[in-house]
Amino acid sequence: MEAAARAASDKHSEPKTYLNHETSVWEWLTTKDHKKIGIMYLVSLAVVFLVAGLLAMAVRLELMSPDFSIMSADQYNQTFTLHGIMMVFLFIVPSIPAILGNFVLPLQIGAKDVAFPRLNLASWYVYMAGGIMTVAALLIGQLDTGWTFYTPYSSQQGSAVIFMTAAIFVSGFASIFTGLNFIVTIHKMRAPGMTWNRLPLFIWGLYATSIVQVLATPVIGITMILLILEQTLQIGIFDPALGGDPILFQHFFWFYSHPAVYIMILPAFGIISELIATFSRQRIFGYRAIALSSVAIAMLGFLVWGHHMFVSGQSAISSIVFSLITYLIGIPSGIKIFNWVATMYKGSVWLQTPMLYALSFLFLFTIGGLTGIMVGVLAVDVHLHDTYFVVGHFHYVMMGGSVMALLGGMHYWWPKITGRMYSEMLGKIAAGLIFIGFNVTFFTQLVLGSQGMPRRYYEYVDRFAGLHQLSTIGSFILAAGLFLVLGYALHSLFYGKRAPQNPWAAATLEWTNVAAVPDPHNFTSTPLVTRGPYDFHKADEIFGGGDGQASGDGAGIDEDLLSPPEAAPAAPGDEPKQ
Amino acid sequence: MNDSGSFWLPEAASTVAAEIDGLFYFVYWASAIIFVGVVAAMVYFAYKYRRRDPNDRPELVEESRLLEISWIVIPTILVLLVFTWGFQAYITLGTAPPNAYEIQGEAYSYGWSFVYPNGAETTDELNVPADRPVKINLSSREGDVIHSFFVPQFRVKQDVLPNRYSAVWFEANQTGTFELFCTEYCGTGHSAMIGDVNVMPQDEFDEWVDGAVLDEDAMSLAELGELQFQRNGCQGCHSIDGSDGVGPTMQGLHGRDRDLQDGRTVEADENYLRQMIVEPTSQVVEGYRAGIMPSFAHLDERQVTALVEYIKSLDDE
Amino acid sequence: MSTETAPATDHVDTAHDDHPPHLQHHFVSSEQQFDSAKLGMWLFLVTEILLFSALFVAYAVYRNWNPVAFVEASATLDWQLGFVNTLVLLTSSFTVALSIHYIQKNDVQKSVISLLSTLALAGVFLVVKYFEYMAKFEVGIFPGEAFNPTGSYEYLAAIQYVPQFFSIYFVMTGIHGVHVLIGMGLIAWMASRAYRGHFSDEYYTPIELTGLYWHIVDIVWIFLFPLLYLV
Repeated sequence: MEAAARAASDKHSEPKTYLNHETSVWEWLTTKDHKKIGIMYLVSLAVVFLVAGLLAMAVRLELMSPDFSIMSADQYNQTFTLHGIMMVFLFIVPSIPAILGNFVLPLQIGAKDVAFPRLNLASWYVYMAGGIMTVAALLIGQLDTGWTFYTPYSSQQGSAVIFMTAAIFVSGFASIFTGLNFIVTIHKMRAPGMTWNRLPLFIWGLYATSIVQVLATPVIGITMILLILEQTLQIGIFDPALGGDPILFQHFFWFYSHPAVYIMILPAFGIISELIATFSRQRIFGYRAIALSSVAIAMLGFLVWGHHMFVSGQSAISSIVFSLITYLIGIPSGIKIFNWVATMYKGSVWLQTPMLYALSFLFLFTIGGLTGIMVGVLAVDVHLHDTYFVVGHFHYVMMGGSVMALLGGMHYWWPKITGRMYSEMLGKIAAGLIFIGFNVTFFTQLVLGSQGMPRRYYEYVDRFAGLHQLSTIGSFILAAGLFLVLGYALHSLFYGKRAPQNPWAAATLEWTNVAAVPDPHNFTSTPLVTRGPYDFHKADEIFGGGDGQASGDGAGIDEDLLSPPEAAPAAPGDEPKQ
Repeated sequence: MNDSGSFWLPEAASTVAAEIDGLFYFVYWASAIIFVGVVAAMVYFAYKYRRRDPNDRPELVEESRLLEISWIVIPTILVLLVFTWGFQAYITLGTAPPNAYEIQGEAYSYGWSFVYPNGAETTDELNVPADRPVKINLSSREGDVIHSFFVPQFRVKQDVLPNRYSAVWFEANQTGTFELFCTEYCGTGHSAMIGDVNVMPQDEFDEWVDGAVLDEDAMSLAELGELQFQRNGCQGCHSIDGSDGVGPTMQGLHGRDRDLQDGRTVEADENYLRQMIVEPTSQVVEGYRAGIMPSFAHLDERQVTALVEYIKSLDDE
Repeated sequence: MSTETAPATDHVDTAHDDHPPHLQHHFVSSEQQFDSAKLGMWLFLVTEILLFSALFVAYAVYRNWNPVAFVEASATLDWQLGFVNTLVLLTSSFTVALSIHYIQKNDVQKSVISLLSTLALAGVFLVVKYFEYMAKFEVGIFPGEAFNPTGSYEYLAAIQYVPQFFSIYFVMTGIHGVHVLIGMGLIAWMASRAYRGHFSDEYYTPIELTGLYWHIVDIVWIFLFPLLYLV
C-alpha cells in the first residue's frame, strides 16, 4: 500500500490523496482516517487468513488417507482447533465490517469519517492485542478444545485455554467498538438527502450486523470470563464435577455464536446486493424487502441458538421451538436469494470478476442455506449433528457465503482502495479455480457427513477414504485459486493500471462523488443526495463510466477522469419522495 | 459390513431409519428443485441479459407484488410442512417403547462399556437383539467429559454427559455389525473412540448374554487382569499389540527401561507398573503427557495385582 | 425519516472564526457531535446490561434448581450493609446528576464539588464491600474450589449448590466492583478536567456521558441487592 502511495507521490502533478498524505509508519499507526484503519485491518486479517488457511491445508493433508500421517493426534487436534478459532473469531467475524465496512461506510453515506475515529483506531489496537494473546496461547501449546470450548473438556485443559479465551474476550471489544461506531455513524452522519430509503444495501447490512455485534458480543465476553474463572478458581458454574452445568455453557456459547454467524453473513448480503445491482445495471429488486429482512434476520438470529443442541439433552420442547424459529429465519434469507436473481432480469449483466464472485455466492449460499434447512429438521439433525455434513454446511455458509462476498467486495472496491486495477483475466481464472476447488472440497464433505463420518476425527474408517481424498484434492485447487488472488493483488499494487474514478459505472457515492483515490477527507464538498443508490435509469445521464470510457480493466482512461469530480448536481424536479 | 446404502445415506438398519430417510430425501428433493431453479434462472439471465454494449441502458423493471408474495408464501408452507414432519419423527426418536430391553452404557475417555441386565459386560462392543426395541441409558464416567453415542446405520445420536443420564433407543431390523462412533470431541483419542454394534437374532443374543456372565473370583489373575484392563478402558489409550496410541503400548513393557520426563531411567518392574496404575502422574515417560491418564487407586488390591499380572503376560510375544 | 439526516446549517459561534475548539473536524455541528456521543454511550450501556444479563441467567438457572440452597446461602449475607450500600449508590447518582445540573448553569466550582462527593460516596461503597468480603473470607467462604466454610457456617458445606451461590455472588459483585472502580477513575478525571476549565454550559458532553455510565452502575446494583441479599 505504501509503495503505491510512494509511486503516486512521485508524480508531482498528482492531487492529494489519502495514500500520499501522511505516509510515515508513525502516521499510519496513529491515523484516525477510517480508510487507513480499514487497510491496517486488511493487512492484519490477511495474515490471519493465511495462517488459518495453511492450518486447514495441514488438516486436509492429514486426512488425505487413513494410513498417511503428517502429525500426531494431539497436533491434529490443535491444528483444527486453531484453524477454527482463528477463522471464526479473528477472521470472519471482523472481516467485512472491519476492512470494507471501515473503508466504504463513510464514503457511501457521504460522511467525512466514522463518528468516533479514535475509537475506530482503538478497535484495531484491541484486535491486535487479541491477536498477540492468541500467539501467546499458541506458544504455550496444547490448545485442543475445538473452537467451541465445550466444558468440561475445556475447563480441564491447561493455561493455553485461559490465554485463548482471554484473547477472544479482548478481541470482542474490537467487535463492539466497530459495531457501536457504525450504528452511530449511520444514524448521525449521513449526508444531506441520504434518507434511510436511499441507504445503499451494504449500509443496511452493516447496520444489522452492528446491532448483532453490540448485543451478542458482551455475552461471549462474560462467558469467556466465567470459563477463565472456572479454570482458575473452579467456581463450579460449568463443570459437572463441581456441580455445574455443561449445558449452560453451551447455551451461553451459542447465544453468542449463532448470532455471530449473522455477524459474518449479513454484511456479505450487503456486498452481494451492491455487486448484483451494479453489474446488472438494474435497480435492486425489492430494496425494502432486502433491507428489512436483514434487520429481521438480526433479531430472529438471537432466538435460534438452541438448534445447535438438539442432541445435547436439552428439553424436547425447547428443541421444537428452536427448530421452528430456525425455519422462520430461513425465509428472509430465501427472499433475498430470489430478489437477487430477479434483479438480473432485463438488466445489462456484466460478468466482471466481482460479479463472478456474486454469482458464486448465489450458487454456494443457496446450498449453504438449503443444507441449513436439512440440519434444522429435528429428526434429520439427530443423524447429521456433529458429522462432516455440518462441517460442509457451515463452510458453504461461511466460506461460500462470507468469504466469497469478501472476495467479490475486495475486487469491486480494490480500484477505490488502491487506485489500481488488477488483471481481469487472472481475476476470472482465480474465481473459477476457487469456485471449483470449493465445491470439490466441501460438497464431498456433505456426502461424507450424511454417510456418518463424525467431525474432528484424526483417523477414520476405510469406507470414507475415497471421499476424503477427493476433498483434499479440492482443497489444493481452492488454495491455488486463493494464492493466485494474493499474487495478482500484490502485482497490481505496483504495476496495475491506474484506476478511473468509476470503473464499474456504479451509482453509489463512493464511485460518483469521490476521486479515483479518495481525498484524505473523502469529499471535496459535501454531497447532496437526490436519488436512491441504484437508480441507474435516473443516474446514467449524470455520471461517467456508463458511456463506455471505463472498460473495467483500466484501458482507455483519459487523464481527466483521474481528477476529482464535481459533486453530482441535484437533478431538477427530482425531489426526495419523503 | 454390507454396503447397501445410497449415495447420501448409509445402510438403514433400524426401524426409525426408514422414516428419517424418507424425511431426508423429501427435504433433499425439495431443496434440489429450488436450487436448480435458482441456478437455472441465474445462468439464463446472465446469458440472456448479458451486457452487449457499455452504453446499455436497461429499462426500469417494475417490481411484481404477486411474485414477491408467492416466494414468501410457498417456502413458508414448505418449511412448516417439513417442521411438522421432523418434529413428529423427533418425538418418536425421543420416546422409547415401554417394553424396551435396557442396557446401561458408560462412556469414558476413550471407550465405551456396556452392562446388560444380568450383569454381563462388554467393552467397545455392544451386542443387541434384532427386531426388539433396545434402550441404552447413557452416562459419562465421573469427572470425565462429554461424549456422544452415534450409530450411523441406526440414524440415532445422543450426547453423553457426566453426572447426568441420557437415553437413546432403537430397534435394529438387520443383523450384522455396525459402527459406533463418539461424535462429541473429547480429546486426543476422540477418533479412536469407536466400537462395534453387533445385532444378532434374539435366540443367539440370549445364548450369548447368558454365557457372558462372569465370576470374577473364579478367574485366574491374568484373566481378571484382562477383564479389568477392558472394563477400565485401558485399551482406549494403551495397545496390546505394540502399536503406539495416546499412551505407550503394554506389549513387552514389563522389564523394559523407561526414560522419564525428569531425566531418570527406571525399569518397568512390578512396582513401577503398580505405581503407575495408582499414581499415573508420578513417573511419566518422555514423549507422553501427564494428566491424561486418571488414577485407578479406587481398584482393590486383587484387581491391581491382576492388572500387573496381565501386563506381565503380554511380554511373551 | 429524512428529518433525521444531519442538519447542514452550521452551528454559529461568535467566539471563534471557524468552529468551537471541542468540535472535531468530521462533525458538521456541535449538536451532531453531542448527539453522536450520547447515542454511542447508550449503545455501550446496552452492552453493559447484556454483560450482566448472562450472570443473571446463571443466577436464575441455579436458583431454579435449588431454591433452598440459595435461601440458606443468601441468609448469611448482611442485608443491612447491602442496604447501606444501596443508599450510598443512590445518593451518588444524585450527586453526579447535580454536577451536570451545575455545569449546565456554568457553575464549575459546584460541579467539581458534586463530582468529588460522588467519588467519595463510591469510595464508601467499596470500603463497605471490602468489609463484607473480608467477613466472608474469614469464615472460609471463598468462590470456587477454596470454598470451605468453618465455624458456625460449617453447615453450608453440606448443602448442594451453596458454592454456586457464592461463586455467582462473588463474580457478580466483583465485576460490579470493577465497574465502580472504572467509574471512580472516570469521575476523578472529569473533576480534574472541569477544575481546569475544560467544560462550560456549551460543552459538557464527557460529564454527561460519565453520569450515564454511573447511573448504569447504580441500576445494576439495584438489581443485585434484592437478588443476592433479600432472596
